[in-house]
Amino acid sequence: MAKLYSKKKLASTKMLPKKETIQFILNYSKALRIVKIGNMNFETIAN
Amino acid sequence: MAKSQTPDAVLVQMYISGNEDALATLINRYQSRIFGFIYSKVNDRDIADDYFQETFIRVIRTLKTKEYYNEKGKFLPWVMRIANNLIVDDFRKNKNIKMMRDTEEYSIFSFIKDVTPSVESNLISSQISFDLHKIIDELPLDQQEVLKMRFFQDMSFKEIAEATNVSMNTSLGRMRYAINNMRKIIEKNNIYLSA
Repeated sequence: MAKLYSKKKLASTKMLPKKETIQFILNYSKALRIVKIGNMNFETIAN
Repeated sequence: MAKSQTPDAVLVQMYISGNEDALATLINRYQSRIFGFIYSKVNDRDIADDYFQETFIRVIRTLKTKEYYNEKGKFLPWVMRIANNLIVDDFRKNKNIKMMRDTEEYSIFSFIKDVTPSVESNLISSQISFDLHKIIDELPLDQQEVLKMRFFQDMSFKEIAEATNVSMNTSLGRMRYAINNMRKIIEKNNIYLSA
């Protein structure tokens, strides 16, 4: 059978962000708390 | 997969009321489309990742503030709009700064060169000028005079002739002798004057 010598595609065709990015977003979401007092918003990030 | 059938609006409401899993479901549902959308604009996976992250940070903050977002079943277009605005803002900010990335076949240093002379070339040129002065000192005085006036003081032969009180032909002849003599000295002593 004829061999294919064309280069293997380096990037996978499916476009997905990195797992770390998703994990960061979810963790950020869990850590962030916004409290509204009067006109002001207070952000707290639980570490 | 009952959760993936839940409408976006419900998931957003669930998230706003504190259900973190709702956000994970939303991200899972749209990550490919949003990431693809960003990638189509920036053409770089790492940069697309950065924008993806930045976009969702904005989404999270907006949803948690419960202020600006009115859910009308348009979660995806809203997120895409945020991503688009981020990219456009950054593009405007950076449009005067050209960014290039080094790759294997393209290096910025093949275009930009350090033109200041290196220590080595400084040494070489000072050595050359030292040798040259020594050779000039070997010449007869009248030839030395013409040569120095011509090359170091940038005088014309007419001016040299006037200054040394000889005819122009004589000063031209002295110059010719001076150069021939220098060639002879260089050949005789095996001196290399090129860098």
